[in-house]
Amino acid sequence: MARKSRQAAGSAHSQAESPDSAVIRFDMDRPLQLESGQFLAPLQVAYNTYGTLNAARSNAILICHALTGDQHVANVHPVTGKPGWWEIMIGPGRLMDTNRYFVICANVLGACMGTTGPSSINPATGRPFGLDFPVITIGDMVNAQAMLIEHLGIDKLLSVVGGSMGGMQVLDWAARYPERVFSAMPIATGAKHSAQNIAFDEVGRQAVMADPDWRGGRYIEEGTRPEKGLAVARMAAHITYLSEQALQRKFGRALQDRDSRTFSFDADFQVESYLRHQGSSFVERFDANSYLYLTRAMNYFDMAADHGGRLANAFAGSKTRFCVISFTSDWLFPTSDSRAIVHALNAAGAPVSFVEIESDKGHDAFLLDEPALFATMRGFLEAAAAARGV
Amino acid sequence: MTDAELRDLSSATQARVDHLVVAEMVTPGARVLDVGCGDGALLSLLVRMRQVDGRGIELSREGVATCVSHGHAVIQGDADTDLGDYPDDCFDFVILSQTLQATRNPRRVIEQMLRIGHHAIVSFPNFGHWGVRSSLFFKGRMPVTANLRHAWYDTPNIHFCTIRDFVALVEEIPATMEKAVALNAAGERIGFNAPWWLWNLLGEQAVFLIKRV
Repeated sequence: MARKSRQAAGSAHSQAESPDSAVIRFDMDRPLQLESGQFLAPLQVAYNTYGTLNAARSNAILICHALTGDQHVANVHPVTGKPGWWEIMIGPGRLMDTNRYFVICANVLGACMGTTGPSSINPATGRPFGLDFPVITIGDMVNAQAMLIEHLGIDKLLSVVGGSMGGMQVLDWAARYPERVFSAMPIATGAKHSAQNIAFDEVGRQAVMADPDWRGGRYIEEGTRPEKGLAVARMAAHITYLSEQALQRKFGRALQDRDSRTFSFDADFQVESYLRHQGSSFVERFDANSYLYLTRAMNYFDMAADHGGRLANAFAGSKTRFCVISFTSDWLFPTSDSRAIVHALNAAGAPVSFVEIESDKGHDAFLLDEPALFATMRGFLEAAAAARGV
Repeated sequence: MTDAELRDLSSATQARVDHLVVAEMVTPGARVLDVGCGDGALLSLLVRMRQVDGRGIELSREGVATCVSHGHAVIQGDADTDLGDYPDDCFDFVILSQTLQATRNPRRVIEQMLRIGHHAIVSFPNFGHWGVRSSLFFKGRMPVTANLRHAWYDTPNIHFCTIRDFVALVEEIPATMEKAVALNAAGERIGFNAPWWLWNLLGEQAVFLIKRV
């Protein structure tokens, strides 16, 4: 087991430096100015594209991934061998038909699948950044993506789409670059992180940092990995992605491969076994320091605060068409968060549609085959494409 | 438009006569909110005929999805609770088409419409129509007609009113009556000079254009 995960760890780490996807490097002469005031250069952005950019360069859709997602949105994952996280939505004949649209997904700044992050080599020291990596924000992620989109020669994206942390990026894109975003689909997200969300993230970060193998963030050089801490962080977070009903329906109090309680701390219950599996498979593909940085970026996200305390100011005069989607059983980003976005967009006079989808699958519903989600997204995208002449 | 023109347009465009009457009241290029916009038929007509910047609110998710697929900006929401989220004067026209009778607090809804829009357009089935009255008078039963298709026990329509009731409410709010149209069963407009009592008796549907005093 230790050997296997060590190998996987090597594989995940090699993805950080030389990923199995396209890569664009911005050299020292093109530094990214971060919201903290610091500059980041050189910058590497790893991304995948699907379909072909049309001659008018008007059919591009940017997918923004969530906290633990990556650019492998519609292809087999190079580390896990599993299908892309939104492969059910993207491909020939699918909702985002790659015969018609040019779909782009980039690994976010601070992540660990090839875009510059804490496990990248710090050019100043020749060692992995670790905690010397600057604290980044959702806006920094968006600015890095904007450099990629500019490099691809796309002035205006047909749509920017994403759920959860991806939805935060969608909102930030629309606010920061309104003229470059024709339509936007923020799904299962919010314009700020709630106290409860920050609290859960802090539990995860403390679990990582309490693991002796974390070594103050220098685990790559020291040849260790804070797997236990990161797994606990994932287990706690994973509960927030589900709903009480979904857990009850899936597991109830069922026992795992046994007929009775063992009077031990083994994973007697199926739900325990499931969470342990979620934790152990996560650490094979994710970097612990990235987890700290990305959750921090989400915690810092507060669009209203960045716009004079009024969320509507972020979207003043926006011509972007919005389609906001929430799920009834999502308690991480409840419908009230989406309604606050809709309220602000209305106050700003932006064209906004909003749907709350009935689902008992919790926050993760946005990743699943939810017919009502697909119908809404398809209709919105097709109307946007028609209006844009795609 | 004359009644004949209205009828021709209705059959040519497959648009409902009451929708055409609403469209006639809306100025070209206006900012419009359709409250209870259903599948977006009226919004589509207004975009086509009046080139409006149209928005909608609709209770059913299916309705919203259909509207969205037609390119309309529509929010899943409730006329009774969600109009309060809109700023003052953000629309030229706020429309409540065949939805008034399904609201929990019709007066509050109309007041909100007048707050967020310069004008409000309200259309509703007239409960004072002779057919309704005769059903009650002769059969002693709640009416079930082409316009009022639900049985009393499962109807979403909880606040029926007559044309006279609505006129009284407009005076009570108070709001200014700008225009009123009553349609008979054949979809023809009842003469403008006819007295209210005749409208109330013959009008199967009514469409009112009102604004703040």
